[in-house]
Amino acid sequence: MKSLAELQAIRDKMKNQMNVRDESDDKIRVVVGMATCGIAAGARPVLNAFTEEVAKRSLGNVSVAQTGCIGICQYEPVVEVFTPDGQKTTYVKMTAEKAVKVVADHLVNGSVVTEYTIGSVAK
Amino acid sequence: MYRSHVLVCGGTGCTSSGSQQIISTLEQEIARNGLDKEVKVIKTGCFGLCALGPIMVVYPEGSFYSAVKPEDIPEIVSEHLLKGRIVKRLLYSETVEEDTVKSLNETQFYKKQHRVALKNCGVIDPENVEEYIAYEGYAALGKVLTEMTPQQVIDTVLESGLRGRGGAGFPTGRKWSMAAANQADQKYVCCNADEGDPGAFMDRSILEGDPHVVLEAMAIAGYAIGATQGYIYVRAEYPIAVKRLEIAIAQAHEYGLLGDHIFGTDFSFDIGIRLGAGAFVCGEETALMTSIEGKRGEPHPRPPFPALKGLWQKPTILNNVETWANVPQIILKGPDWFKSMGTEKSSGTKVFALGGKIHNTGLVEVPMGTTLREIIEEIGGGIPNGKKFKAAQTGGPSGGCIPASLIDTPIDYDSLMAIGSMMGSGGLIVMDEDTCMVDIAKFFLEFTVDESCGKCAPCRIGTKRMYEMLSQICKGNATLEDIDKLEELCYQIKAGSLCALGQTAPNPVLSTLKYFRDEYEAHVVEKRCPAGVCKDLLTYEIDAEKCKGCTLCARQCPVGAITGVVKQPHVIDKSKCIKCGACMEKCRFGAISKK
Repeated sequence: MKSLAELQAIRDKMKNQMNVRDESDDKIRVVVGMATCGIAAGARPVLNAFTEEVAKRSLGNVSVAQTGCIGICQYEPVVEVFTPDGQKTTYVKMTAEKAVKVVADHLVNGSVVTEYTIGSVAK
Repeated sequence: MYRSHVLVCGGTGCTSSGSQQIISTLEQEIARNGLDKEVKVIKTGCFGLCALGPIMVVYPEGSFYSAVKPEDIPEIVSEHLLKGRIVKRLLYSETVEEDTVKSLNETQFYKKQHRVALKNCGVIDPENVEEYIAYEGYAALGKVLTEMTPQQVIDTVLESGLRGRGGAGFPTGRKWSMAAANQADQKYVCCNADEGDPGAFMDRSILEGDPHVVLEAMAIAGYAIGATQGYIYVRAEYPIAVKRLEIAIAQAHEYGLLGDHIFGTDFSFDIGIRLGAGAFVCGEETALMTSIEGKRGEPHPRPPFPALKGLWQKPTILNNVETWANVPQIILKGPDWFKSMGTEKSSGTKVFALGGKIHNTGLVEVPMGTTLREIIEEIGGGIPNGKKFKAAQTGGPSGGCIPASLIDTPIDYDSLMAIGSMMGSGGLIVMDEDTCMVDIAKFFLEFTVDESCGKCAPCRIGTKRMYEMLSQICKGNATLEDIDKLEELCYQIKAGSLCALGQTAPNPVLSTLKYFRDEYEAHVVEKRCPAGVCKDLLTYEIDAEKCKGCTLCARQCPVGAITGVVKQPHVIDKSKCIKCGACMEKCRFGAISKK
């Protein structure tokens, strides 16, 4: 260890990897439906895309988790985004590519990707 | 990048309840489900709730699974890790509520705790220095070396009011400033990890769960007093702790956190491990240093104190593991933060190893000044089987008993001293009404007799005589004068012994005499053991009214002392009875009693 900057670099890198263990409640929660229906419809690549993308952008305020069946199997893979202010957005028929866009637009910039939400898809 | 981390306790407690097998089954199952790129398994140090081991926590949900069995693993993997459905049935029962799951920090056991020394235990992977760095690790060392003078470091520790967590409570900063003031070509920094008190295991848990904190703190002290070499004296009975320390030291070298020119400064520091062979006396500072030097571990008189002439006659500081674990945070957060916890004269927190007749056996860390009642009834979950609390023993063989009447005593150095016990290293053994206080005193004396190094007569011969007198009391062969004589002997040994081992050895007897003299007198005068423990004073009897003549007891008795005809009341032949209690345990009609 030659300098404090070197220590700081290791800390930042590791903090990002260990973010998953942070239990604070002021985080944005991304929940991917991973029941049999979700997995069959391809929820796993979606979940992994969220994990990768959140880590790549070092979003310490975002936690990515899975949940069971949400009950709207025809729309799987379903992803719900909960913001600390209690807002819930439901994205449906998700793919890994769509996940990347949700991270960039919604999680980073705070604008909901309306075209992927259940409201517009169900129309 | 892993989306989920599974933390499994790899401390000694959970290792002995099978956490190794849990880890290997877990890894197999994860691989079988193709999740090995998504889920990471991490072996941590102690979570504290040892009674419920093996313990496993799944993130990001923070689900706390307790008493996990290998056969539960496939279900946890396929349900929780793959499909995100938490297996509520296997969660720690207190975290499960009607339709939601509580955070661990809201449970009785953790709610009142305040983790400073145990901050990283059960949180990080102790075998990965980078995880320690992620949690502010080595930042204090960096700050000290680049921004502070040695004197500022000592002043900070002094001002925090940190006192030795090994038992005696000597101010840590004062020790450091004494060693810093003494000029020498070589000085040493030592860590006392020779945790010998029966029932105490906080030092082991810190070494197992967060070994780098000790290395970092020792390097900070090295800078403060001008030492370049440190030694950790750890018991050979702690193989996991030794292994993790070895890994930690190697990693610290690899990252340049130990060795030459740390953080590009002129400061160099190295640490070696010395294994103790399990002698209790080597926890005493002068004996410990003698043992590091390679000689027989015997104490010698002080002064000179180690700060002047310690290891190899050079100025040396020796602190306990838990003391070290507080140092980096004091540097980073400042002395005022540390003083904001605890009481005026005992700042900070203390870790206790809760054991004995208590629901939640394990490690707890609370602010100094927390009452015994809070620790036992709230955090510890009270006494099992509806029994009554009788006394708590603190400080192991050097400490004393606190009776139920003093359960509201705040636990800090001075309050415990005032009631005739001591903090000790933090063993806290809870006793219920079935415990005989004379027998407890005898138990600790038996330990001291065994562990007395024999160098000085008061300790070597005195403790042996005390043990014999206690044995006679337990057998009902003593007189009231013997109790007085025993008390007198206690004071003689306290005054005459060379080191703390002998000076404190009579404490268990003195404190039980102080609070439970009536029990001693019952043994002597009435030849009766009120708690029903001392075998020589017990008799087993069968109540002819209640006995149905089922013959079960007669078949149980290992010495054939019970006779009787089927469907007729049985009798115990007292001359043959060995008072093992097997008959009483088996009797379905409650017909057998002991007096």
